[in-house]
Formats: sequence, structure tokens, C-alpha cells
Amino acid sequence: MCAWRQDSAISHVQTEADGTPIQSRRSFLGVWVGVGSALVGSLLAVPLMRFAVFPLLRRTTELKRSPLGPVDEFAHLTEPVICTIQIEQVDGWRKAISEKAVYITNDQQSHLCVLSSVCPHLGCTIPWNKERKEFVCPCHGGRYTADGTYVSGPALRGMDSLETSVEDGQLMVRFQYFRQLISDKEVVG
Amino acid sequence: MQTTHEDQINPSAFPPKGIWGWINHRTGIDAVLRTALYEPIPGGARFAYIFGSGLLFIFISQVITGVFLALYYVPSADHAHTTVAYITKAVTAGSFLRSLHSYGASAMVVVLLLHLSQTYIYGAYKGRRELLWFSGCVLFALILGMAFTGYLLPWDQRAYFATAVGTSAASEVPLIGDGIKRMMRGGTEMGTLTISRFFVAHVFLIPACIFSLLASHVFLFRRAGAAGPTDEDPYQPKQKMELFYPRQVLMDLSLTALLIIVLGVLSFFVPVQLGPAANPADALYIPRPEWYYLPIFQYLKYWHGPLSVVGVMVIPGILVAAIIALPFLDRSTERRPWKRPIAMTSYAFVMLTLLGLALRSQYLDKHDVGVAQQLAKQKAEEIDYTSKPFEPELSSASLAAANVQLADPQAAKGKAIFEEHSCNACHGDGGVGTAAAPRLVGESVKRSPDQLKDLFAHPTAKMTAGGMPPIDLPPDALKALIAYVESLK
Repeated sequence: MCAWRQDSAISHVQTEADGTPIQSRRSFLGVWVGVGSALVGSLLAVPLMRFAVFPLLRRTTELKRSPLGPVDEFAHLTEPVICTIQIEQVDGWRKAISEKAVYITNDQQSHLCVLSSVCPHLGCTIPWNKERKEFVCPCHGGRYTADGTYVSGPALRGMDSLETSVEDGQLMVRFQYFRQLISDKEVVG
Repeated sequence: MQTTHEDQINPSAFPPKGIWGWINHRTGIDAVLRTALYEPIPGGARFAYIFGSGLLFIFISQVITGVFLALYYVPSADHAHTTVAYITKAVTAGSFLRSLHSYGASAMVVVLLLHLSQTYIYGAYKGRRELLWFSGCVLFALILGMAFTGYLLPWDQRAYFATAVGTSAASEVPLIGDGIKRMMRGGTEMGTLTISRFFVAHVFLIPACIFSLLASHVFLFRRAGAAGPTDEDPYQPKQKMELFYPRQVLMDLSLTALLIIVLGVLSFFVPVQLGPAANPADALYIPRPEWYYLPIFQYLKYWHGPLSVVGVMVIPGILVAAIIALPFLDRSTERRPWKRPIAMTSYAFVMLTLLGLALRSQYLDKHDVGVAQQLAKQKAEEIDYTSKPFEPELSSASLAAANVQLADPQAAKGKAIFEEHSCNACHGDGGVGTAAAPRLVGESVKRSPDQLKDLFAHPTAKMTAGGMPPIDLPPDALKALIAYVESLK
């Protein structure tokens, strides 16, 4: 390295005053320094790793329940009632809010149930047809009864019911999307 | 088999024994380690020499934490503050890493001053070390540049206004000052282009320069050799040599350990705050730079009017030139501080002036009631903002964002029809477009209402193929729908 004075440097590397073999003492220390540095280094890597894997350990979309109104209001339904809910989709540091229409109706056992207005065929919003007492999809003519049962059309299943619950007298619903064009109800997000 | 050069000088290394022996034979790592660790130090190991490797450690730590912070950071005026808030408030260990990076910058300046002071006081720039000293000066400037550019990136009030003042200061330079300011800002005003420029400088340009200069700094240091104590001859060291390893390594590691403990404890218990997002319209905000820029900040206050050329250009110019040229100006081999009265007096004068300016700035802020109150208020706002939970940014594709108040009742009616007829199923909420159908926002620029009406009645073949049915609506409803589509901008 240092061209103009390297001669004076390395001359006394080999022995020390007390005659201990320097090389072995140095490598013993070297192991300790190495192990110590590795330990401290891995300790410091812990916050880095936790920081990096944070999005993996967190559910990307928070499945929040949206309120529909007091459950008593829907006690005597004669036909499906449309209701708009806001759903929030969180994507890292940003979020998107979208509005989705759901129908509150009675299922075949006359229990309150909530149907997604998204057509299981290609995802159009299905309006309730008052005259025909049926759900009729405006896009491809799919027809469903008031409880969402499939009547006719290109869809492979009936309208999708959503998970509901009652909290403090409020009817709550958890909106989900389901895969289209298949006969089974499969959650996609 | 042909013997290599290395086999000839060290025949026992061949054939290589074990994995390490094999790696060593292929890489020569032992020789590299030997060169690195068995650096001779005249006069022996000392705590005075630990600052250089301390700086190297902080620099590596800054690079690592910086790379990790970049996992979530977005350099634009729209998102910078949100993403830093996300790092600080939401991401696991985010506040800790950001604090490590921020305190690391301060630690860098502190250790840099110690390293520089040690070199200066020990006269270690003497004896054919001009380029070593010069590369150190440039590294000093680059590190201050890192501190300056990094400070803006969180885009909170403090960052915005400190940089607004910092970039304005450049315009005090005669003739080219305004050009420099605009070059830094990417225009006359601070904005998203300023962030881009600062980000590129902070993440690409300056680090690249630091890496290469650091390499040459270390190379030049090893070429010249350690200078040793103050009574050593800077040209031909005569004192007994001690190798860098082990005692000097352990001393250096003790500083590293101290830095890890201090930075770790500070970052964990006193995390760095994040203020509210930059609001350029806030006329009351009083900008204050980070502590290491306080002396310059205070100094610039004294120079206005026709004399400002002297204060902004002449005096700093002479000072910088003198510092860079130091090894040429001071050619004596005398290194003992008490035998170098001019050098020591100038050092004390510059350091005390910097300290005095910083203290003066602090004193003035404390004793002006209005300023003190405003600064306290700003600090309280930072603490308040940091303590609030993270609020995600509303995406522009969001319904609520697209749902700007429809002033036209006709358009509002059209919106209801749009949703009722499931147009949004394919064209997206607010007509933002989806994979199934094109974006309707901005249609008004392309087509007149009459053209739209025609298209609704007679869809093109491409539209029909995509699943778009002809629209059959009563005239009022059709008019409303067209008004809505035209309103999507």
C-alpha cells in the first residue's frame, strides 16, 4: 500500500514481548469480534425485517360492516328495498371509497336477508322490476325472484346473499364481491 | 499445471485446504483482510483516531435505513407527506427507522466535525496529504448536501419552509443566484418538481459521489499512511508501529457501539415528529433550519443591501478557499498544536463564531415573545399531528373524489340514471373506466352532446361487441344522462 515507507511496518508482527504466539491470540479475539458484530447486526436487522414484511402480515382490505338502518324498519317487507352503502378499500397508504347498492329482502323462510345487487353473470347492477315482481338484469336479461333465486338468463347461480348481523338494533352487512360466471359462490374480495 | 503468482510467493496455500482455503485461493480474501487489518499506526492505537470509521458506520446505517424508507416513500408533492405519515404512524418499526435515519443525519454532522477537528488539531493534513484533505473537504460538502436535500422529503410544514428559505438564500449570490435557486426548485416556486430534484440528489447523485469519494479518501489515507501523534514526523514516521488490529479496531468498535446505543435509545424513546402537510399559503409559519444550519442561517441575516456580496460571496469564498488550500498554505512539519498559534487561533475563531451565531439565533427566538409563541405553537402542532392516527389518502379513482358536487341539477339527475341503469358496472363509478369499458371522464372534450346522443342510439360495432346496448330512454332522461356524461371532467 504505502509505497514510500512500507519497510518499517510489518517487521514486528510475528512476536510480542511475552512470547505468546500472537496469531492464535488474535484469531481468538477475531472470533469474538466477528460473533459480537454478527449478533449486533442481526439485532439491528429485526426492525428492518419487521418494516419490510409489514404489508404481508396485514389484511389488505379491511372487512368492515356497513349499517343499513334499524332492523325494525325492515320487519314487514312486501318487496325488496334498495339501500346504498359505502365501502372503503384500503390499498397501502391510500383508500378508495365506492358506493354499492344492496337489497334488503326476505329469504324463502321469511327471514331478513341482504342481497348484493351485482349480477352473478357479468356484474351489472340489477334493478327490481315492480311490475313483474322480479329482479331483471338490464344487461343480458337475467331474471331472479324476490329472494334472489335464479329464474332464467345467462347466469349460473342466483343472486348472492351477504353476511348480515344485528348490532344495537341496527342491521349490518358485510359487502363482498363474488366470482362471476361460475355456479358456486366464491369470494374474490 | 501452471503455478500462479500467488502460489509462488506462498506455496503452502496450494492446494487449498477446506472451504475457506478454496474461497481464499480464488479471491485472495486473506490478503485483503491482512491489508485492511494490519495497517501500521505510528505511535500506537488511540481513541483520537476513531472518528473516521465512526463516520463510515453511520454512512452505512444511513444507506440501509434510507433504502428501507424508500420501500414506502413516494417523491411527489401529492403523496410525499402521506407516505411519510404512513411510515411514521402505520408501518411496524417505521417511526423507529425514520428516527434512526433522521438522528443519523445529525450524528453524521457531529462525528464529521469531530473527525475534521481531530485531523486539524493533530496536523494530520501535513506531509503529502493534500489530496486526502481535499477529498475530505468535498465529502464534508456532500454530507451537508445530503442533510439539506433529505430535510425537504417529508414535505411537512417544517421541511417545506426550511427549504424555501434555504433555496432563497442561494439567490443572494450575485448574477447566477436566481438561476441556482430556480435550478434547485425546478422553477420559480417550490412544488412537486422541487421534491423530484431533491429526491434524485438525495438518493442517486450525492450518494454516488459520496461512494466514489469515500473510496478515494480511504485509498489516499492508506497510501499516505496514518499520521500518528502530534510529535510524529508527517513525512517519515519514526515511532514504534502498532497494527490497526486488534486494539484500534476495538477502540473504533467502542464508538460504533456508543453510536448504536445513543441512536437506538433516542429513536425508540424520543421518535422524530412529523408536522402537518406543507401549506404554502400559511403566512404565519416561521421557518427554522436544523441545528447544523443555524450558524449560516443567523449569519445570512446580517447581510442585506449593497454589502451582501461581501457577506454572501467574499467572506465564505475566502474561508472555503483557505480551508481547501490548507495543506499548501501550511507547509511546516510542525504538528504540535501549541507550536501552531495561527492555526489554532483561526480554528478557535471559526468554531466559536459558528457556535456564537447558533446561540445568538436561539437567544433571539427565545426573547422575541411573538416568535417564541409561534415556534411553540408549531411544535405543538407537530406533536398533535404525529399523535393522530394515520388517515389514508383518498384515491383519485374513488367515488367520493369523482363525486364533486354536481351543480347542474340536470347532471345530478343523469347521475342517478347512470347508476340505476348499471352503466357504472362497466364504465366505473363516476365514469372512471374499468377493464370492461372505457373511461367516460373527458368525453365532453371529444364529443358534443348531439354526437353523444347519436352514439347512444346507434352504438358502433366495437361498442356492441364490448357489450354496450343501445340506450332506449325517454327524451328528458336521455338529456339528463348526456348532461351527466358531459359533466365528467
